[in-house]
Amino acid sequence: MDRFSWSNGLLEINETLVIQQRGVRLYDGDDKAKLEVGVALLSTHRLIWRDGKNNDCCLAIPLSQIIFFEEQAAGIGKSAKIVIHLHPSPPNKEPGPYQNSKFSYIKLSFKEHGQIEFYRRLTEEMIQKRWENTPSSQPISTGTGSQAGRTRAVGIVGIERKIEEKRKETDKNISEAFEDLSKLMVKAKEMVELSRSIANKIKDKQGDITEDETIRFKSYLLSMGIANPVTRETHGSGTHYHMQLAKQLGDMLQAPLEERGGMMALTEVYCLVNRARGMELLSPEDLLNACKMFESLKLPLRLRVFDSGVMVVQLESHSEEEMIASALDNVTEKGSLTAEEFAKLLGLSVLLSKERLLLAEKMGHLCRDDSVEGLRFYANCF
Amino acid sequence: MHRRGVGAGAIAKKKLAEAKYKERGTVLAEDQIVQMSKQLETFKSNLEEFASKHKQEIRKNSQFRVQFQEMCATIGVDPLASGKGFWSEMLGVGDFYYELGVQIIEVCLALKHRNGGLITLDELHQRVLKGRGKYAQDVSQDDLVRAIKKLKVMGNGFGMIPVGGSYLVQSVPAELNMDHTVVLQLAE
Repeated sequence: MDRFSWSNGLLEINETLVIQQRGVRLYDGDDKAKLEVGVALLSTHRLIWRDGKNNDCCLAIPLSQIIFFEEQAAGIGKSAKIVIHLHPSPPNKEPGPYQNSKFSYIKLSFKEHGQIEFYRRLTEEMIQKRWENTPSSQPISTGTGSQAGRTRAVGIVGIERKIEEKRKETDKNISEAFEDLSKLMVKAKEMVELSRSIANKIKDKQGDITEDETIRFKSYLLSMGIANPVTRETHGSGTHYHMQLAKQLGDMLQAPLEERGGMMALTEVYCLVNRARGMELLSPEDLLNACKMFESLKLPLRLRVFDSGVMVVQLESHSEEEMIASALDNVTEKGSLTAEEFAKLLGLSVLLSKERLLLAEKMGHLCRDDSVEGLRFYANCF
Repeated sequence: MHRRGVGAGAIAKKKLAEAKYKERGTVLAEDQIVQMSKQLETFKSNLEEFASKHKQEIRKNSQFRVQFQEMCATIGVDPLASGKGFWSEMLGVGDFYYELGVQIIEVCLALKHRNGGLITLDELHQRVLKGRGKYAQDVSQDDLVRAIKKLKVMGNGFGMIPVGGSYLVQSVPAELNMDHTVVLQLAE
């Protein structure tokens, strides 16, 4: 660690940033250096380290000082490291954090990973030795007065170059990504063709497909995101995954449903379930397919689609007549009700309360007064 | 009585059928399913490799997401169909859009009493961004549109009405008839 010099971390004109990695702790030989965790930056000329919390604390060492380096694999409770063996310091080395050290090697400990890429880039830079091609001045020290003026100008240019580098790197990454994506899509397309061929065969009943094979095929389609053209009577569009989901939902939704009077809009369920999951969220289709299986799995929940297209999950024990009777009672008590008033009364969402009123109307218990002021429901005296 | 699938005779028959099929160059569906299973494994590892290199791109770059979605659509694949799909699991596209779906629903519900369930895409965009906080991933309007398309599956009346150069997002299942729609468009 006595090879490092204090630095302001600004890159020089010909120096470019190659890679940076945060979460790096320095080791003096085998001992932890008296420094915090920080960011390790590799440039074409130097290895720079900056304290993660205190940006003024910055060290650097020229790459030319590196003899050789190797990886040290992570262990239990130990992060992966790169061990770097160094030449002795030149006599004119600028002061650094350590005056002397008994070790001639240092370690970079990667507490937040990134060692693979860092190692790769370091290898490249050590092979290319770009610092020899582009003559750069000695590492800039934190000078005073006139020197500071020069430093600042270089600093701004350095920052601009960094930004330019990053932009180019991003562009390169994106075009590489697009290339890789296109290749991937070609393969995906083959899969789609194949699955269509299989689906057709199943339809034409060429060959005997077992139940198992059908289920497997469906799960393949699910993995690829290919629409399922084959609907079997026994399993519908569901798969084992959806069956499991349905059971989970059965457990999860009991309490919320009871709190809400036995019925919840599917969108509410979607939000509730996904918020609870946090990760590995369900797609709307997953939810729908799982709900469709409630009946066949004999779970106490049902998916119900109203005429308006609204989909709800309701408890099986939920009785329709009760609902309608209570709606009628409420309306007669108040004389007339709009959906919003009804919602407030029952503590239901406006959407569901409207559905209830519509249902009661359908059954002939209520009739509507549809005016510019809105939709009101009255008890049916006819 | 002609019974299939029983005994040595059936096995022999099947072998004969297979041979005949092979002769004609057609492949049985079962064989194709096996083939598909193998191809799927290969594809999965290709996707894993892609993900390890470019997963960040999808999260960070909305232009890339658009391209990705369009490519999928072209070949007939819906990467958002299921949270259990490869795309969702390995590239994380699923979680991104499903969570966005939740946020969209919440914004619409919160404002429904004020706007009756109609909100401009711009306003929705602003509010969703605000709700996500400054440390969250940026989302584009295209992202919102795709998330909304998925929400439609749940039959809750989510729809988009083209108005001017943009859209109105409808979150209640009211049927807007021609008169209403024209008025909305004129009001732009």
